[in-house]
Formats: sequence, C-alpha cells, structure tokens
Amino acid sequence: MSDFTLKIRRYDPESGEPAFWHEYPVDLPPERSVLDGILQIKDREDASLAIRCSCRAAICGSCGVRINGKSALACNTRISDAARRAGPGKPIVVEPMGNMPVLKDLIVDMDAVHWKKIMRVVPWLLPAGEPPEREYTVPAEAMIDVTQSMACIQCGVCVSACLSLEVDPQFVGPAALAKAYRFVGDPRDGQTEERLRDLAEDPHGIYDCTHCFACIEVCPKDVAPMSQIMRLRRRATGDFEIKDSNNGYGHERGFVNIIERWGTLHEAQVLPRSFGEGSFVKGQVKPSAVKQLAETLPTALRGLRSGKVTPKKVIVHPKLPDQARVRKVMHTIESKPRLELNLYIVGDNSGEEQGAMAEGSQEL
Amino acid sequence: MGIISKVHPVRSHSNAAQGGINAALQPEDSWESHAYDTVKGSDFLGDQDAIEIMCREAPEEILHLEHLGVTFHRNEEGQLGTRAFGGASAARTYYVADITGQAILHVLYEQLMKHEEVERFEEWFTTALVKDDAGRIAGAVTRNIRDGSLELFSARAVIVATGGNGQLFSPTTNALICTGDGIAMAYRAGAPLMDMEMVQYHPTTLAGLGLLITEGARGEGAHLYNAQGERFMEKYAPNKMELASRDVVSRAEQTEIDEGRGFPDGTVALDITVVPRKRIHEALREIVNVGRDFAGVDITREPIHIKPGNHYVMGGVKTDINGQTGVPGLYAAGECACISVHGGNRLGANSLLDTLIFGRRSGQHAAASGRGLPVPEPAKAELAAEREMIDSIVSRERSGRRVSELKAEMGAVMDKDCSVFRDEGRLQGALEVIKRLQEEVTTVAVDDKGSVFNQDVLGVLELQFMLDNAECTLVGALERRESRGAQFRTDFPERNDGEWLKHINLTANGDVPAVSFSEVTMTQWQPEERKY
Repeated sequence: MSDFTLKIRRYDPESGEPAFWHEYPVDLPPERSVLDGILQIKDREDASLAIRCSCRAAICGSCGVRINGKSALACNTRISDAARRAGPGKPIVVEPMGNMPVLKDLIVDMDAVHWKKIMRVVPWLLPAGEPPEREYTVPAEAMIDVTQSMACIQCGVCVSACLSLEVDPQFVGPAALAKAYRFVGDPRDGQTEERLRDLAEDPHGIYDCTHCFACIEVCPKDVAPMSQIMRLRRRATGDFEIKDSNNGYGHERGFVNIIERWGTLHEAQVLPRSFGEGSFVKGQVKPSAVKQLAETLPTALRGLRSGKVTPKKVIVHPKLPDQARVRKVMHTIESKPRLELNLYIVGDNSGEEQGAMAEGSQEL
Repeated sequence: MGIISKVHPVRSHSNAAQGGINAALQPEDSWESHAYDTVKGSDFLGDQDAIEIMCREAPEEILHLEHLGVTFHRNEEGQLGTRAFGGASAARTYYVADITGQAILHVLYEQLMKHEEVERFEEWFTTALVKDDAGRIAGAVTRNIRDGSLELFSARAVIVATGGNGQLFSPTTNALICTGDGIAMAYRAGAPLMDMEMVQYHPTTLAGLGLLITEGARGEGAHLYNAQGERFMEKYAPNKMELASRDVVSRAEQTEIDEGRGFPDGTVALDITVVPRKRIHEALREIVNVGRDFAGVDITREPIHIKPGNHYVMGGVKTDINGQTGVPGLYAAGECACISVHGGNRLGANSLLDTLIFGRRSGQHAAASGRGLPVPEPAKAELAAEREMIDSIVSRERSGRRVSELKAEMGAVMDKDCSVFRDEGRLQGALEVIKRLQEEVTTVAVDDKGSVFNQDVLGVLELQFMLDNAECTLVGALERRESRGAQFRTDFPERNDGEWLKHINLTANGDVPAVSFSEVTMTQWQPEERKY
C-alpha cells in the first residue's frame, strides 16, 4: 500500500458556487488506477464526488478526465505513474475533460460536443444497393484496417486533447473523423467519394487538423485518430483527386511537386502552388488564386519585417547538402503502390516486429 | 418507442463480450451440432425448443449484423472467418479481433442514430416497473440522472434488457453497472425468476481486479499450467483440454489451487506465448492491453496468472421463446432473462447470440401484441411513492455504515460462499448475511443531497436491487441439492437427473421467495454423461 494525494476539481451546479479544488488522500497499491483512487474517495469519504465509470478496463469509455493536465481514461492510468508525473511532493491533479462543458465534478456534456460531431459524419453504413444473399465479400485486410477505427470506444479523450478544437470549436474533430474513416475505409460503403468530398469541402473538416499528434498520444485504444484523418486526406487527394475549396488538395500537391523537383521545401512557392491546385503557374494566374494570394499579403509582410523571409530567399532558396537524395527517396516512395498498415496488422513497435514496422513506414 | 438506459448505450456491458458470436454458418457445420453442443454445455438444463430456435436463427442473425456494418474478420477469400471456442465441436465463432461485443454494440448504436424515430433516454435510471389494475404492465418510473427529475412513462409493453448481476460478487469481470436492476424490478413486479443459482465463473480472470482474459486466447491455442508446470487439463478433460466448457475448466483450476498446486497468489498460469505474435496482435490485441495495463505482463512474452472469477448469470427473469415473462406485457431479453438457452452453464460466444436473437424476438412480439392496445394510464400514486422513497434516502441522517461497506460485505460473502464450490452450511451463512444487509440498507444514508448526477442515491437503489438478486441466488443454490453445470455442491457432488432435471422458479412472496419447479423442455437430446 502507498499513500497518494488526489487534487480534484469539484463543481456542483446546484450550489451557486464556482468550481473549487479539493485534496484527498488515498491508500492503494501502486499498480492500481487513478479511477480506483477516485472510487476509494467515493467509498470512504465523499460519495457525492461525481464521475462516470463502469467497466474499469478501458472498454466502456466512461471515465475520460484530465490527469496532471493530460487527457486520459482514469481506469487505465496507473496511480503511481500519475504521481511520478506530478512530481515529488505534488498531488495528482484530476479535472474534467477539456473542450466540453462541465455538468458536475468530473462529468462533462458529451452530447453537446462529442456526439454532435459524431452525427456530423453520417455515422452509419450506406451500402450501395441491396445487400447480397450471404455476406459481402471484401478483402480480409480491409476489415482489419477499419477495425482500428472500430476499436474507438467514444470516450472523448481525443476531443478533450485536440488543439485544433480549442481554436476552432466547429472542427469536426479527431473522434468523429476517425469514425468517418471507419466508413470510408469500409469497402461495403457505397458513398466513399461523397463522404470524402463532404469532409474535404467543409472548412472545419479533414484539412482543419494541424497534425499535432495530441490525439494519437492520448488515445487509450491506439485508434490513432490523426492517422485516420491522414488516411481520409490520402484517399481524398490520391484516390479521388478531390480539388477542395480549402486548398487541401492544392497544398498537398504543391508540397509533393516542390520536393520532387528540388528535394527541399521552397517556401515562397508553397502558397501559390496551394492556391493553384499544386501548380505554380496556375497559382499566379488563376483569379481565385490571385485573390487568395493577395489575402495572405499581410502575413508575408509580417514575415519580411521579422526577417523570417528575405527577398533573396524568396528567389533563391538556400541549398541543402542532400537534396538529390531526398528527391530520390521521394521518387522511390511515389513509384510504389500505397500500402496502409495499422497496429492490428503490424503490432507494437517492438522486438522482431520492428522490421515489419520499419518497412511499413517506408511504404507509407 | 423509446429506449431508456441508465448509461449512454455504448457504455453498456455488451462491450465486454470479447471473443465472438456462434453460428453454424459454414456448409460443413449444422445448427443441430451447435444446438447439441449448447445442450451438453448447459448440462442438459437448457430448454431445447429455445436452443433450437437460437441455433437455427443464428446464421441469419450474423448475416444481418454483417449487412448493418459489423466488421467481422474475413478469411483469405474475403468471406466470414471463424475461430475455435470452448465446448464447441466446430470452429463456428465469428469475431472482430477481440472486440466483438464492442463492434456489434457500436454498429447497433450507429443504426439507432440513423433511426431517429426511436427516442433515446440516455442516462435515465428506472426505479420501478408499474402495472395497471388488471396486472398488465403499464409503464415505468424513471429518474433523469442529469437533473434528478422523476417521470412516469406509459407503455403498452416493456422489455427489460438490463444485463447481468455480476456486481453481487467481488471480484467480478462485470462492470460497475451490472447490478441486476431489471431482474429485481421484474421480480418485485411479480414475474418469476428461474435458475438464479446458475452463476458462471469464467476460467480466466485476473486475480484481484477480476478483469477478463477472453476465452479467445484458449481458442487461439493458449495453454493452462499449474505452478508445477503441468498442463493440468489433461486430467480433467483429456479430449477438449483447455477448450472444455467453462464450468469444467473453472472447477479444474479451483481444484488445482485448492489442492496446493497453484501459485502463491491463488492462481494458475495462462500461457499465450504459444500463439504466434502476429496472430496475437491481429486477434487478441485487447488482452495485450489488459495484460500490460492491469497486470504489468506482456502476454506475448510470458504467461499471465489467472483464476476463475464471477462472470455471467445463466438464470434470470423466466421467459418463453418470445421473451414474455409471467407479467402480461412485460418482456425480458439478454443476460437478465432466462429462457433458458444456457441452462446450467453457458458456452462462450453464445451470450451475444442469445441477446441478439431473443432481443429481436421480444421486440417483434411486443410490437405486434402491443399494437392496437390503448396506451395505459399508470397510476400516479406509483410515481409519488418512488419520489417519497428517494427523498427519504436523501434526507436521512447518517447513523450506521456507508453504502460501500454494505456492498463490499455482500460481494465478499458471495464470492467466498457461493462460487465454484458450494455447500449447505456456507450458503445458509451467506443467506443470513444477505438478510441482515437487506435490513441495514433501509437505514443507510448518503453524502449527496443534490439532484444533478446524484450517483450516491442511485447506488442505494442498486444495492437494494442487488440484495434481492443475491437472496434469490442463494435460495436457488440451497434448493438445488445436486451438482449440475455451474452449481457444484460438495455435499451433493453428483448430477441427479431423477430428482433435479428441472428448473427452479422463484416468485416474490413477502420475506422469502416462493419456490416452485418447471419442466425442462426436451426435443431430441436425452441427458447423458457429460465428458470433454
């Protein structure tokens, strides 16, 4: 048995008082969870402390909270790990998830945010035509592939951690987009292109993700929501060439074209190419591109003023030692068929699996 | 039409059904074979007419789920692939990695989101079922957990689908919400319960926490060893070994442990390292996580210590093959119901099947028979009574032990005296504890005096439901003076078909439940000695 201190953010909407912090001592073996600590407080000291919880095994998705500022399930966060991360002599800080309104203590309003966003992606299978007499015949790999999204338990931990959501509350968000991939990647769904077009054209859709990895880091089920978002992008651009009004397609093409050509990122070309569906010329003559370029002028001027951009750099990009090799790598990757791999296929990045993983990442 | 659930539906415990769902769908398999395995698994206590229906309708159900979007595992040809499971004579378990229940539950919830005509009352806690003067079901009293308001719902038919009662026991694989609410409410409303003594102890649960390691692990080839390194199932089930039925494997493990061949922590070892790593990652990923997060063990590299643990109740609200209970208009489906397809012991991967087949049948029957009936007007007095009951708990001053202490005492005594091996003395002792707790719970106080998410007061209601369940479990176990399926009486160690090939029915009747018996329905399989 060890002693731990949990510092919990309490809030009672009926009291008329603002939220406050309260510290509770708990006495648990170090391998037990933060949820066990909270349940011990409820059992021994104050049963009015509210938290949703049920399975204790990270399968029901009820007990999402923030522990020392990091979003997680309370049931699969070991209390000794949380104490170590809190630092010596400091309490383990537990507060409700972020990006969602708090209802009471550690309970947030999932309906107002999480489930609303899930509804946004038309979260049910839309098969083309009548079902076959027997099962749909689909590749085994495709089913294993979407199983990673299917592993999502709708706990909202990624929604809580999402930095894009913090800035743009309208962002469809990591959980809902992972759910979208569950249908886009499902060969039985008949609306693949429509789903992709919808989410690519939405200004708060797949191109609103800033690639920060926060959702991948916190997901308790290894769903890797951001990876699913990137898959949606690859399918939208690579498979369906959806030229969206958010310039997601143009931006990706622009990047790829620049690297293929120079083996380094020529910043001055990124914006024109993004606005011109990947083409530098189009980006300078297409009326819509010119308009968008003009709108970015203040940013460019700020860059000039701060010295981040210099007139010289704009015209002649500084050389890197290995540009030729980068171009070669790029061509090698592009010449191979795209292969999507996930944890259900390659396992964790450990031991003898390392070979498969390394090969996988190269293919990606 | 509406769905009332005390948790958001995707938090329900069907999530925990890891291994899969059985169906004789392959051309070389037959529903008769599936049915025979189920009958034998039930130790001949299952009703064969219901079992036949379940096994015959199973293939169609799998295909229906597949068409709705469940991401079932495929074989090389892209068709549905199977894995082996305990007590089965063919590999007929369809699965999604080891998240089958979760995948099915979430896909069914997708369909609920699609069908907005079904109203959802999520996080509403039902406190009582209400009947009309003629004794027909009329509705339910339900508390909105979010604001504490109490509502009286009118209904032409009510289907109780509230799951099991594993929380009677500590530890258990069951979630905290599995408190037998619906079983107790139906019992209080006058519906007979059946075979409540039949409580399954799953062979592979983590010591202490009670978390489940799927039978899929053994289905994929994992072995069981005692502390002396012996693959002990050779002694108990030489043909099926680790894949004998659950009651058999649990008893074997408990015997090894009781006779001193277990590990010091009261466990035996499950060795999954014999399964190829690639296959583990593809098919057993969830238990890799469980091992890592909750036991600190990498199951791909070392054996994990496990023991039998409370898992499932075969008994429940007695129903016919359409889910109808003893109360007109009241139905039960899923783990809370006893049709009985599982008899004395449920086979792995038959629980999702039971839930889906008889859930559908209950729904269809309730809809067909309710149509045309007038909407009942349940008596408002029921609402007032429930409100008064809850208010009296909330306003009570503390005078004795906490709710958690009562619950812990119940869990400990049930696990100690009503588990794998039972005898009259211990069962009687446990029943006395439960009767005492039933008294004590009427005086228990709560810390939370508010209305919003008052989980404290709901905990008292759940404890009362659980104590009713516990009493019935013990009364049934005392009554059945034989050993069959999950019930093993050390004082009556043999199965006794002459006297006990029958169901035990319990009906609410004041202080102690009234006991009666009903016949086991047999169609084509006569009882025989059960060997694996």
